[in-house]
Amino acid sequence: MTRTPEITNVARRSVLLGLTAGSFVLSIGLPARAQEKKFGGEGMPGGVKDDPKLFLSVAEDGTVNLLCIRAEMGQGIRTGFQTVIADELGADLGRVKVLQAPGNQTKFGNMDTDGSRSMRHHFGPLRRIAAATRQMLAEEAATKWGVPVTEVKADNHGMVHGPSNRRLEFGALAKGAAARPVPPQDKLVLKPVSEFRYIGKDVPLIDNLDFTTGKAVYGIDARVDGMAYAVVARPPVLGGKVKSFDAAKAMKVPGVLKVITIDPPTPPIVFQPLGGVAVIAENTFAAIKGRSQLEIQWDDGPNASYDSVQYRKTLEEAASKPGQVVRNNGDVDKALAGAAKRLTAEYYVPHLAQSPMEPPSATARVTADACEVWVSIQNAEAIRTDLSKRFNVPIDKVTVNNLLLGGGFGRKSKPDFASEAAICSHAMAGRPVKLTFTREDDLQHSFFHTVSVERVEAGVDASGKAVAWLHRTAAPTIGALFVPGANHEMPLELAMGAVDNPFDIPNFRVENPEAAAHTRVGWFRSVSNIPHAFAIQSFAAELATELGKDPKDYLLELIGPARLIDASAMSDAWLYGEDPKRYPFDTGRLRAVVEKAASEAGWGRQLPKGRGLGIAAHRSFVSYTAVVTEVAVGPKGEITIPRVDIAFDCGAVVSPDRVRSQLEGACVQGVSLAMLGEISFKNGRPQQTNFDGYELTRIDGAPTEIRTHLVNTGAFDKPLGGVGEPGVPPVAPALANAIFAATGKRIRSLPIRDQLAGKV
Amino acid sequence: MSKFTVNGKAQNFNGDPETPLLWYLRDIVGMTGTKFGCGRALCGACTVHVDGTAVRSCQIQVGDIDGQAVVTIEGLSADGNHPVQKAWRDLNVAQCGYCQVGQIMQAASLLKDTPKPTDQQILDAMSGNICRCGTYPRIRAAIKRASGAA
Repeated sequence: MTRTPEITNVARRSVLLGLTAGSFVLSIGLPARAQEKKFGGEGMPGGVKDDPKLFLSVAEDGTVNLLCIRAEMGQGIRTGFQTVIADELGADLGRVKVLQAPGNQTKFGNMDTDGSRSMRHHFGPLRRIAAATRQMLAEEAATKWGVPVTEVKADNHGMVHGPSNRRLEFGALAKGAAARPVPPQDKLVLKPVSEFRYIGKDVPLIDNLDFTTGKAVYGIDARVDGMAYAVVARPPVLGGKVKSFDAAKAMKVPGVLKVITIDPPTPPIVFQPLGGVAVIAENTFAAIKGRSQLEIQWDDGPNASYDSVQYRKTLEEAASKPGQVVRNNGDVDKALAGAAKRLTAEYYVPHLAQSPMEPPSATARVTADACEVWVSIQNAEAIRTDLSKRFNVPIDKVTVNNLLLGGGFGRKSKPDFASEAAICSHAMAGRPVKLTFTREDDLQHSFFHTVSVERVEAGVDASGKAVAWLHRTAAPTIGALFVPGANHEMPLELAMGAVDNPFDIPNFRVENPEAAAHTRVGWFRSVSNIPHAFAIQSFAAELATELGKDPKDYLLELIGPARLIDASAMSDAWLYGEDPKRYPFDTGRLRAVVEKAASEAGWGRQLPKGRGLGIAAHRSFVSYTAVVTEVAVGPKGEITIPRVDIAFDCGAVVSPDRVRSQLEGACVQGVSLAMLGEISFKNGRPQQTNFDGYELTRIDGAPTEIRTHLVNTGAFDKPLGGVGEPGVPPVAPALANAIFAATGKRIRSLPIRDQLAGKV
Repeated sequence: MSKFTVNGKAQNFNGDPETPLLWYLRDIVGMTGTKFGCGRALCGACTVHVDGTAVRSCQIQVGDIDGQAVVTIEGLSADGNHPVQKAWRDLNVAQCGYCQVGQIMQAASLLKDTPKPTDQQILDAMSGNICRCGTYPRIRAAIKRASGAA
């Protein structure tokens, strides 16, 4: 069996790290920062590194090699990093090669690709890395020419001296520049925004040719000499284990090599494998066939009665009573009692599975003193930590090669599949093993998006102004992965729209009743923002209707005047890990995207019968999004979406086309979860096994036209916002509000599916 | 023994005749351009051409394609410049890119049979291919571009 050329491609990083002749690497780090409470990238495990020697090298042929520390999962970050480096360095974009860094948080800083943080946290560090390198190249040129460095400028992959009309290419300066000290941070001169060549402009996708020719290598495509292939039969219920099993028939399947058991996890379950029986074979098909022949008796354990129909009632019961107060302003009870009008509504969003098109898969080789993994993972460090402990090898001996992700959406921030691959390789005495989740495995053993009931009550005075707001959010928490029995949402979940609600209402309370987790709850693109935004933005429209006001006008009235709100004023203890001083909630920006989406969509225009417009807006990941959706509902209740307008303010934009593509994708994913998405449990097991039961929006159900409107894209003087996730939350409520406008039918429970059938 | 060709190259397979073409290509030949998505013909990620027709390779047993010609994404064009591939690049269709090989194979088959598809024909032909990143609006536009209609 041969290695694919692309694995060589991964190994190519060793050229950079090993520094073959002709490469140069800058050698002196920047001074350590002062010790204080840290936010943003600095506050992440491993922090941020901006030492150019770690990330950039220039070869004598002029090739600039950039080591990328973020996983590429469709957000275009490899192109984004290339863009920033090329621009700040003064390089030719096409001669900046991007290599994927192997997992190493100690060396490279935080590498956890989630939370819509990659460009938000790295735009500054990348510019510093490139600026330092540019200045060293300039100093080398100035010395060679005997001219002041202030007269030397970078120009398209070379240094030029204007007065004497001389030019030296980067490649010719590389070696000498490498011997120079790295300029201290206070001596770095960043390029003026007005001189950006690539940043803020559309550039070709770095992986475009590979994507369209089948050459792109994802985790599931890894090929390592001599490898075997495995699938695992896992306990169908969380907390279950193997009672007994018979592998005799499985072992008779041609190609099956070995059957092993994997121990069930001990609490807390965190990201551990679920245990079960692994079948290792000469190819994936033989492993799948072998698994089908296993005879396993399961002990289902304590979650065997988990039933989504029943659990919904449990959540509704919890939301009907007072719960732990997580935000309180004014006196809500008094204001409600004195209100001219009161309105209450309850909303339901079920479990969801991320189901990236590339299911979880990893290839591992575990020998006595080292582990190596080839994988598509959002968080490589989690694999290193796990394998180091599991096999008692130093973490430096755990190598994680990051390949492309065929989608992640939160599923691949957990390393359970890499742990399983490693367990299999260990059982095979170090033979490399590729572990693959079939789609059934993926949907049965995800880390599911939570399930929630959101109850919102408001009181308005005689003039129609909202004077009281009571929001109860009841949902099992991700925290139960880490703390057995945890039954309240964590601050980071509450601060995904529930407490950080900017509505200008003097009496405001958010409560979080108890909710126990009976399955693994994990991150799903935009996380708790989904149910919170669905409830809040649907309810805003319901209030407008009740008061006979236009939904857009009333939404703006609820948001109130343009102002800056400190996170603490909303009891937001998280703020996406950012500094409250740098990232106040700017209601002016939220208002602006509402106005922009409305005007671009022609809000208020006359529509034929059966059509309607709905609007919703939400801030998440410190970016502001507003969506106006147009729906058309047919005579039998069939829903089509002719057009969606999305206005988005994430501050300055590096790659406009990639921001647009993220918004388009977020819109389709939002439509998918609103129309079709549901994982439901019965007898502790998910009832959906493949894309027939867990339906996703297909091309014929997607909006015909998605128009994206980016605002504030040139605000390079302000901190950046997130891009990957904030497009999702307002999509479902905008759709539900549009359906109401079209039909008068209010959607309070997702998915929508055929709720309109026979009711139009 | 099953004899067939993959991108013009002769194949002789002696193994389990029930082996799906998908896993034969990926695990046995080592051609990983064809992707696994669902294993049940529900997502289209594994689409290849067999005797010129787009099929889901997860449902084709190697024992059943004796004498037939398989074309995968690696063989769609010599240089990656099939009009569909070019249109996909022109419009930056891909996000994660994983399903796009199947989308491209399906779209190439559509345009071979229907060089100027209507909007409805595009939806009908492409609705078996799931993209979780949600690139559908660009897929539609790219097919139109490749067909010369846009």
